[in-house]
Amino acid sequence: MDVNKTIKMYVGGSFIRSESGATVDYKVSGVEFARVCWASKKDFRNAVTAAQSAQKSWASKTAYNRSQILYRMGEMAQGKETELINLLLETELCSEDEVAEMVQDAIDTFVYYAGWCDKYQQVMGSVNPVAAPYHNFTSPEALGVVSLISSKKFNLVNLIDNICSILVGGNSVIALVEKEGSILLSVLAEIFHTSDLPGGVVNLLSGDPKTLGQVISEHMEVQGLSFQNEDQALYYQIRSSSVDNMKRVVGYHAERKLSLENVLEFVEQKTVWHPIGV
Amino acid sequence: MTKKKTQKKKKTESKSPKKNKLKASKTLKFNYAPALESTKVEILEQYGNFIGGEFIAPKSGKFFDTVNPADGKKLASLALSGVADVDLAVKAARKAFNSEWSQLSGSERGKFLFRIARIIQERSRELAVLETLDGGKPIKESRDVDIPLVAQHFFYNAGWADKLDYLVPGKKVKPLGVCGQIIPWNFPMLMLSWKIAPALAAGNTVVLKPAEQTSLTALKFAEICQEAGLPKGVVNIITGAGETGAALVEHKDVNKIAFTGSTDIGKLIARNAGKTNKKLTMELGGKSANIVFADAAIDQAVEGIVAGIFFNQGHVCCAGSRLLVEESIKNIVLKKLKSRMKQIRIGDPLDKNTDLGAINSKEQLKKIKDLVKQGQKEGGEFWQVETDLPTRGNFFAPCLFMDQSGSSTIAREEVFGPVLSVSTFRTPDEAIAKANDTNYGLAAGIWSEKGSKIHMVASKLKAGIIWANTYNKFDATSPFGGFKESGYGREGGRHGLLPYVEVE
Repeated sequence: MDVNKTIKMYVGGSFIRSESGATVDYKVSGVEFARVCWASKKDFRNAVTAAQSAQKSWASKTAYNRSQILYRMGEMAQGKETELINLLLETELCSEDEVAEMVQDAIDTFVYYAGWCDKYQQVMGSVNPVAAPYHNFTSPEALGVVSLISSKKFNLVNLIDNICSILVGGNSVIALVEKEGSILLSVLAEIFHTSDLPGGVVNLLSGDPKTLGQVISEHMEVQGLSFQNEDQALYYQIRSSSVDNMKRVVGYHAERKLSLENVLEFVEQKTVWHPIGV
Repeated sequence: MTKKKTQKKKKTESKSPKKNKLKASKTLKFNYAPALESTKVEILEQYGNFIGGEFIAPKSGKFFDTVNPADGKKLASLALSGVADVDLAVKAARKAFNSEWSQLSGSERGKFLFRIARIIQERSRELAVLETLDGGKPIKESRDVDIPLVAQHFFYNAGWADKLDYLVPGKKVKPLGVCGQIIPWNFPMLMLSWKIAPALAAGNTVVLKPAEQTSLTALKFAEICQEAGLPKGVVNIITGAGETGAALVEHKDVNKIAFTGSTDIGKLIARNAGKTNKKLTMELGGKSANIVFADAAIDQAVEGIVAGIFFNQGHVCCAGSRLLVEESIKNIVLKKLKSRMKQIRIGDPLDKNTDLGAINSKEQLKKIKDLVKQGQKEGGEFWQVETDLPTRGNFFAPCLFMDQSGSSTIAREEVFGPVLSVSTFRTPDEAIAKANDTNYGLAAGIWSEKGSKIHMVASKLKAGIIWANTYNKFDATSPFGGFKESGYGREGGRHGLLPYVEVE
C-alpha cells in the first residue's frame, strides 16, 4: 500500500500546512492523485511576517553571494530533474515531447538570473552629470516584500522566471500558486530550501487568487505585486485596491522571459548627492 | 513690512530673546531698500485653453480668477475646463500623435525641444517674474532655480529624442501615445518641464493641466510652443481645478497619467486609473528627515536645514520638514538655527532681497495655520520668528516645534509650509529608524563629515533622494522620485524617460 503525502506549503523556511487545516483534492484525469494544502488569509499574513524579516538579511548579502545562491538553485534543480520530469508527466502538466526541454529551460532560468544579481546595478544605475559641483549617483535597491500571483495555467518556466526576477533585486517573495501548479510546491520548495537561501525569502502558497486577492493587495507591508494571472478583471480590481500603500503593481507578461526588465520592475532607484570640494 | 506682529510665546522663552532683539535693533538699524525686479510681463485679461496649437474659449463658457498671492489682486481669468474641453484636448493630442509627432524622426523631435529650451533661456526673466507674480515664490528662486532648471530639462531631454535606442540596453522602445499630466502649484513651470520634456522626447503627445492657482506660466509656455513652431496638438494645456483633472484621468483615450501632488489625490487617481491599462507615474508627498550628526560641520548643516525647510516657503514635497539632530549638539544647533531663522527676510516676492515669499493661496495659509494650531495643542515647545509681516497677501513667519512625540501631527503630516519639526537621537540606528518611521519615502538629508557613516546611513534610508551635506538640490540629469507612499516612477535623468516608453 502506498504512503501518500499531502503537498505542503513553504513559509519562513518551514514546510507548513494551512493554519485553517484546509486541503483540496488534486485529481489527474478525474482520479485522485494527492491532497494539497490550501492557504487562508492568515497563512498569507504569516508569510508576510516571515518574508519581511528575511528580506533584510537577503538584501544585505553581497550581490556576489546572492548570485551564487541563485546559481545553487539551478544546481539543486538539476539534481531534481528526473523527479520534476516524472511529476510533470504523471500529472499530465506537460507532454512527453516537451517535458525534458521544459525542465531544462527551468534550470537555465535559475542560471540566467543568477548572473544578473551582481550586474543589474551597473547596467541600470548611473552617475549623473549634474550642472554643479556634486557627486551624484543613482543605484537600484530592493523594494521589500513582493507578492506574486501566478498563472492559472501552470507554466514551470514562467513561475521560476517570475520568482527569480523578484529575488535578484534583494526582495523576498510570496508566490501564490493556483491549483494546477500546486502539486509541484513540495519539489520546488525543496530546491529553495537546499540552496542556502535564508528561510522566508521565498514563500510558496497554494490557494485561490480570487479569495486571497484582496488581502494581498491591501496588505500594508507588501511593497510590490507581480500579477501574472490571466484573469484581467481580477487584475484591475487588485491594481485599483493596491493604492493604500502605493504598491508597485506589475501586470501580466506571459511572453516576457529571461529579461532585465523583469528585474527592474521590482527595484527602487535611489539617488545620492554629495558636494565636491575641499 | 509695516505692522509689528507679536507672537504668543511661552513665558520661559519670551524674556531674554526679546531683550536681545531690542539690543540688536539699537546697534543695527539699517534695512535694505526695496529692490523690485522691474522686468515687464504681458498678462492678458482672459485666457482660453491651448488646444491643437490655438487658444480657444472653453466649451463650458466658464472662467475663474487667478490671483497674486502676495497682494490678493486678480491677475487674469482662466478657462474652467469641463469634460468636453478635456475631450477636445485629448483628440487634438491623439491626432498629433498619430499623424505627425510619432512619425517624426528623433532628431527632428529633438530640434523642437532644443529650440524650446533656447526660447525659455531667452525669455527667462519674463518667465521668472510671471512665476513669482502668480505663485508668490521669491524672485531670486524663480530666477536662479526654477526657470534655469526648466530650460535644462528641455535641453537635456532634447538630446535623448534621437538616442532612445540607448535607453534600455539591448531593447527598442516606443512611445506610449497620449499622456495626461497633472501638476501642482509649488513649482509650476518646473513641474511642467519635468512632465512635458521627457514625454515629447520619447515621442508622446501631452495634455497638461496646471494647478488652478498657478496656470499663467503654463499658458506662457503655450505661446513658446507656438513661437517654436511645434506641430499643433503635440502640447495641449487645459486649465481648471479638480474636476478638470478627474476628467483627464478618466478619459478613455489617454495612455498614461503622470501626476505630481498630494498623496491623497494621488491615491484617488491611482485607484481610478488602476481599473484600466493606463500607465502611471506618481510623485506624491513627503515628510523627509534631515539628519544632523554630531560630527557634522554645524554651520553648513544649519544652512542646509534652512534650505531644506524654508526654500519656496516650505511648499516643497521633498522639504526637510523633520530635523533629527544628535542629542549632544541639540543646543548649539538650535541656537544657531534660531539665529539664522531671524535673518530670513519675508516680504514682497518680487523684491530681489526676499528669502521667503507669499504662501501660495489663502487656503494653504489656512491649512498651515490650522496645523500649527493643532501642533501647539499637542505639547512640546513652539518657537516662531518675530517679524513684521506684510499686511496684505498670504504670509507666514518661519517656525519650529521641538520635542514633540513622534506621533504628533507636525511630525507626521505634510504641512507644506515653513514649519519645522525638531527631535533628537542618540545613535545612527535610532536616526535611521526615526527617519524611516513614516509612510512617505521621498527624500532625506544626512549631515556628517564621516564618509563611511554617510554611505551606511544613505543605504539604509528608505527614500528616493538622499542629500548628503546638502539639501534641496535639483538637476535635469538627476532622477527624482520616492519610495513607499511618496509614489512611483522617476523624473529627470535617464530614469525619467523610462515611464514614457514601452519596451518592445
